[in-house]
Amino acid sequence: MEFHIASSTEEICSLLAEDPTREILAGGTDFMVEVNFRQKDPSAVIAIDRVPELKQWRHDGDAVSIGSCVTYREIERGPLSTIVPALAQSARTVGSPQIRNIATIGGNLGTASPAGDMIPVLLALDARVTIRSINGSRDVAIDDLITGVKETSLADNEFIEVIKVPILKGPQEFLKVGPRNAMVISIASLAMVTDPEQTTVAIALGSVTAAPSRAREAEEYIQGFLDWDAMTVSSSALPDFRRLVAEASSPINDHRSSAAYRTHAVGVLGQRALLRIFESRDDG
Amino acid sequence: MDKDKRSTGYSLSVNDTSHEISKSWLGESLLYVLREKLGLYGSKNACEQGECGSCSVLMDGVLVCSCLVLAANATGRDIKTIESISDDDSLTDVQKAFVDAGAIQCGFCTPGLLITIHDFLETNPEPNVLEIREAISGNLCRCTGYGRIVEAVQIVSKQKSVGQGGSDDSS
Repeated sequence: MEFHIASSTEEICSLLAEDPTREILAGGTDFMVEVNFRQKDPSAVIAIDRVPELKQWRHDGDAVSIGSCVTYREIERGPLSTIVPALAQSARTVGSPQIRNIATIGGNLGTASPAGDMIPVLLALDARVTIRSINGSRDVAIDDLITGVKETSLADNEFIEVIKVPILKGPQEFLKVGPRNAMVISIASLAMVTDPEQTTVAIALGSVTAAPSRAREAEEYIQGFLDWDAMTVSSSALPDFRRLVAEASSPINDHRSSAAYRTHAVGVLGQRALLRIFESRDDG
Repeated sequence: MDKDKRSTGYSLSVNDTSHEISKSWLGESLLYVLREKLGLYGSKNACEQGECGSCSVLMDGVLVCSCLVLAANATGRDIKTIESISDDDSLTDVQKAFVDAGAIQCGFCTPGLLITIHDFLETNPEPNVLEIREAISGNLCRCTGYGRIVEAVQIVSKQKSVGQGGSDDSS
């Protein structure tokens, strides 16, 4: 049994440099399920959830820098809930209070599940992830970090240190479909964030693609139908917008849902998010 | 390297008592250690994936599923289980309300719900029904349909509000 409780990021770097096969443990809510079901038999583990700098967040210019071990609960309930509201909405839909009390934002990225609920929000916000190792730091975009189903570009000696999330002034939404309101793994989800200064809408999809994915055609299409002063959208644009959001998905059939339902649902979520942010106007 | 961190045993503080845990397997969960090594059977083992909440405990005052905590990583933390909920043989206000409201049937989910509700009412003593339902959303009960559990929480909340001189405007 080889178990380490890291007390600093430098210690994590050297423990990984010494033996890159050591596994990182953050909140444990995914890790322990695999262990309990004998899908994982860890031989060496580094617990990083007591490293002070990973448990903090701070303002960083026009962004917030969130340590990888900040919990869902803190994002859901603390000051971050008004600074990055869609991230807080997504945090609140994850698991149960017991899970959110301990599960971390870095763990959600590291697990890299297509159903990871923070991933579409962070992608829509153009968040950057700082990856650390003994050789230094590198910054990557969400879709450069997560490359496929539970696949990341992390090297064995690297770990996720900080997630840098831009602060936007416009309304944001995160919506998710599942069989109940708690303890639900997303069937389809969607994040929409707006930037009234740049007059842009960003949309990212969850659970309907293998790797994180934006609905860029839908984003560009809807531009011409928005009135940013009145915060309205032309009702005539809605059917094509919904179709373009749905076409950005490439879902699979599995035990949670059919691909056809996921495609339909994500289009509905796109329209719903849009109409929560922009009031529908009839151009006559 | 700190030798303590590489040892095969570790110590756990459970209900204000320190225990040395030996013959350890790295992947063993806190729930496994509580039940199989420390004989604390109040925390129930059902799903082992954080779905049901019947193994809920407090770790440093934070409600968690003990099945999702690597036991060795609970070293140096203050663990409180359902066994510590009452100082003596008497019932707590929440336990009594469960009896009065008929919120218990088979009883398997009850320890997890009690520890969850005690924790919840400390931070939110006068919750509305939606807040109660969200607070217990991680605790599955397959008998009651939750109606009487919600009622029990409301009974305690009302008692606390009366006890602290709060207005009782429901009459």
